[in-house]
Amino acid sequence: MINVNKIRDDFPMLKGKKMQGKDLIYFDNGATTLKPLCVLNAISSYYLEYTANAHRGDYDLAHKVDTQYEACRENVAKFINANKDEIVFTSNDTLALNMVAYGLGALLNEGDEVILNEAEHASNLLPWMRLKKEKGIVLKYVPLDEKGRVTLENIKDVITPKTKVISIAHITNVLGHVADIKSICEYAHLQDIVVVVDGAQSIPHTKIDVKELDCDFFTFSGHKMCGPTGIGVLYGKYEWLDKIPPLILGGGMNINYNLNGDYSFKRVPLKFEAGTPLIEGALGLSQAIDYLFNIGMDNIHQYELELKKYAIKKLKELDNVIIYNEDSESGIITFNIKNVFAQDAASFFNYHGIAVRSGEHCAKVLGDYLKTYATLRASLYFYNTKEEIDKFVEVCKKGDDFLDAYF
Amino acid sequence: MPTFNPMLARQIIMDHYEYPRNKKLIDEDGYQKIHMHSDSCIDDFEIQVKVENNVIKDVRFDGVGCTISTASTSVMTELLMNKTIKEANEIIENYFKMIHEEPYDEDLLEEANAFKNTSKQASRIRCATIGWNGVNEIINKVK
Repeated sequence: MINVNKIRDDFPMLKGKKMQGKDLIYFDNGATTLKPLCVLNAISSYYLEYTANAHRGDYDLAHKVDTQYEACRENVAKFINANKDEIVFTSNDTLALNMVAYGLGALLNEGDEVILNEAEHASNLLPWMRLKKEKGIVLKYVPLDEKGRVTLENIKDVITPKTKVISIAHITNVLGHVADIKSICEYAHLQDIVVVVDGAQSIPHTKIDVKELDCDFFTFSGHKMCGPTGIGVLYGKYEWLDKIPPLILGGGMNINYNLNGDYSFKRVPLKFEAGTPLIEGALGLSQAIDYLFNIGMDNIHQYELELKKYAIKKLKELDNVIIYNEDSESGIITFNIKNVFAQDAASFFNYHGIAVRSGEHCAKVLGDYLKTYATLRASLYFYNTKEEIDKFVEVCKKGDDFLDAYF
Repeated sequence: MPTFNPMLARQIIMDHYEYPRNKKLIDEDGYQKIHMHSDSCIDDFEIQVKVENNVIKDVRFDGVGCTISTASTSVMTELLMNKTIKEANEIIENYFKMIHEEPYDEDLLEEANAFKNTSKQASRIRCATIGWNGVNEIINKVK
């Protein structure tokens, strides 16, 4: 059970913050989430109490930083049921996906096929499109079903003997549909296909067990799960992380090098962590993980579904709202106000203190599928309330007067 | 439009959104063209300007955008048509002053006064200026 009032008390942004003079209603959690005070304290403690570099020093402070940083790695591993050396810290989900595409790309040959789909975020499309351009990799797009989902059956249709990789979002960022990763991995692995899972929209909201999913890679950002911006995670099965080359080279990831150009890398995961990492980011993320764990991922998931169900029921009573994803099992509501351009509507919500996202949500190809240029996305989190949804629905009702925001 | 009238402004904006003026590109010699794409939203316009003897003979646009970007660009095309470059620059300069809440000459802006309150919704400034920036870049060769 979620005690939402107690939870809201943990978030400074939810204590009286105003937007356009009205109480802030934050429904843009798919973009980033608000942070509880404990996360902010974890970040500042690094600067107030034990500043030093990680993996670099021989003195007590540096040792403490090193120990704390590695404890964060262990905490992330525990949270997704991975092993500690399978967790690579990155700056965000986008970098993690680029690292996977670059690394696997080095093992692929011209004509090898990678399976994607049109509901993916740009960060899971463009790195592969570059491989197509530069290496002659062939990209296959899974047709979406009538509700905009990727199904195993449709994946099977595009798999050929040349398929080497399936890269797919666990939960899609525009429509919020959940892919059956476990079945996809089971089927893919029968034919030695690697499965890369973009977990940006799933790990903040559902329990993740990478061993149960059996995916080969799983990537995510810290800031969508109450952590700070600038920190992300690349999980990979050890054998895969060991096999793929690192995208970024530099200090902290090499064993030695000489001016003849010979060099060797440290073991996984350090070979992927060149340069000074975002130490306070790792500390903040680890604290966010503890915070979410204490509330309980199952509780969070159940509560968000309840909120979404409530919102859909109320929105469906209005005749000026088009909903694109009422069935998706996540807190994402994709909609439009009839005859109002998405961005104009978003301004109108802003005028009423409500943060929602308008636009193409980086999934530029999906417009062809939804048959609309742009949509609005309200994405909920466990600190949102039914009262906030009531206010949101009231504003939807008045949506036709959207130019009010302008005067 | 001596004083700002919200009702009138609303009518102007909706009229130019629903019936945008000069919203069709021309495939003809003598036009300079620019592609304006917002970094942060969907607004995506092509703008064409034909200048002869220092006079703007034609301004047109096409593309996809919200109410504010479409209407502000449409109003602009009418306002700048047949103006000399010097006159056009004066209008553009006053429009930007209005958008950024600085003193400006409202007599020069005619229907464009409807966008006076843009700064109240800061994220809309880019909508209300996308077309204006495009023409400014074309006629002044600025980047």
